[in-house]
Amino acid sequence: MSIEQRLSGLAGALPEGIAEGVALGTGLADGYDIYASPVGEVVITFNIEGVSSVDLATTGFEGRFASRYGRPLLRAEPPRQWAKHIPEAMEAGTPGRLPVDLRSRTPFEVKVLRIAASIPRGEVRPYGWLAREAERPDAARAVGSTMARNPIPLIIPCHRVVRSDGHLGEYSLGGTHNKWDLLRREGVDLGHLVELAEHHVRVQADPSTGVYCHPTCHVIRASGQWNVVDFKTTVAARAAGFEPCPECRPG
Amino acid sequence: MDELTAELARDLDSSFPHLVKRAGPGLYWGLRRLCGDHQEAEDLTQETFIRAYRSLSEFDRARFADLRLSPWLWTIALNLGRNHLRNRSRRPVFVEMTDHGDHDPEPPDTAAWDARLSALTINQRRAVVLRHVVGLGIGEIAEATGRPEGTVKADIHRGLEHLRRVMEQER
Repeated sequence: MSIEQRLSGLAGALPEGIAEGVALGTGLADGYDIYASPVGEVVITFNIEGVSSVDLATTGFEGRFASRYGRPLLRAEPPRQWAKHIPEAMEAGTPGRLPVDLRSRTPFEVKVLRIAASIPRGEVRPYGWLAREAERPDAARAVGSTMARNPIPLIIPCHRVVRSDGHLGEYSLGGTHNKWDLLRREGVDLGHLVELAEHHVRVQADPSTGVYCHPTCHVIRASGQWNVVDFKTTVAARAAGFEPCPECRPG
Repeated sequence: MDELTAELARDLDSSFPHLVKRAGPGLYWGLRRLCGDHQEAEDLTQETFIRAYRSLSEFDRARFADLRLSPWLWTIALNLGRNHLRNRSRRPVFVEMTDHGDHDPEPPDTAAWDARLSALTINQRRAVVLRHVVGLGIGEIAEATGRPEGTVKADIHRGLEHLRRVMEQER
C-alpha cells in the first residue's frame, strides 16, 4: 500500500460527543441536568446565555422543552463559571449571580420577571404591584400571564406574586400546593395572609415610623406588629398621614 | 454555491448540523494528525464549528455566494490551532448518557503516524495531512493556509519524500 493510501486510512468517523458539543456551544441545543428542589426533582436547562428553564423532572420534559423553545435538549454539565450558582439561586429563590436566558420573552415580560426576581424571600406582592412597578398599572392581567409562563420558576420567584384579594393564585410548577409549600418554607404566615385578605387589608402602617407597607414586608414585620394599623387602600393610609415604605413601594 | 452552502444561506440553524456531519470527520481527523492529541483535536473541532456558526450567522447573501466551505473551515481551524485557544468553561459540556467516557477513538497501530509526521516541518505536515488525510485539493489547501499553490505542491512532495525515508529507516 502506498503512503498516500495509508494516510487516507487515518481518517474515520466523527468521535461521539463532538456534534453534541457543537450544538451546545452554538446554542442550537440546550443542556439539562436534574436537581433536587423543595418541590421535588426538577430539570434545569441552560445554554451559553444562562439558565433557560426549570421544569418538573417528569416524563416528557424533553418534548415539552422542544415544543416550547424549538430546541433539542442534551444531557450536559452547566458551564463551570456559574454551575455552583444554580443550587444557590434555587435555595435563595432569586438568580443572584446566576445568568438567566430570557430571550424567549417579550421586553415587557422580561421587565416584569426581573422585578419579580427582586421580591425578597419570605415576602409576597400582588399582581397589580408588579404592573405598577413595570410602569403599566393597567396590565395586571398581562402580569398574571407572564407569571404563568415564567420559564424559570423557583429561581425567578413567581411564587411570591399573589392575587390582591389574598388568594395565592395559580402556580405553573405542579400546581398551587407547591406555591403554598414554597412560601411556608420561606416563613410566610399563610394563615395571617388569609385573615388579612378576609378583612380586605391591603397595607399595614407603623405609627412609630409613619410608614405603611405590604403586610409581608420585612420593614413592617420588624416593627413587632402589636401596634400596626390596617388599611384597605393605600389612599386611606396616605389620608391618615402615612408614607409609603421605600423598600416594598406599596404605591 | 453547492447545495449545503445554499441550505446554510437559507436556514442556518436547521442546516448547520448537516455541515457538522459532513465536515466534522475531516476536521477532527486532520486536527488529530496535526496536534497528535484526542482531547485537543476534539476541543479545536468544536471551537472551529462554533466560530463558523457565529460568522455564518452574520453572513449576507453575497458572502455565502463566495464561500468555499472546506478551505474556509480550515482557515478557522488552523488559526485556532496556532493560538491553542480553549474556552470550554464558558459553555455547557455534553455528558454522554451511555458511558463512552473520554475514550480515545484512535486504533493503537495508527499512533505511530504522529511520530512519523512530527519529523516533517510544520508546513509540510499541514500540507500532507490536508491533502491525504483530509482529502482537500491543492487550491483548497492554498486558500486555507494562505500559501501559493506551487509552494503547497512542493510541501506535499517533500513531506511525502521525508515520510518515505522515515519509514524505510523503521525497517
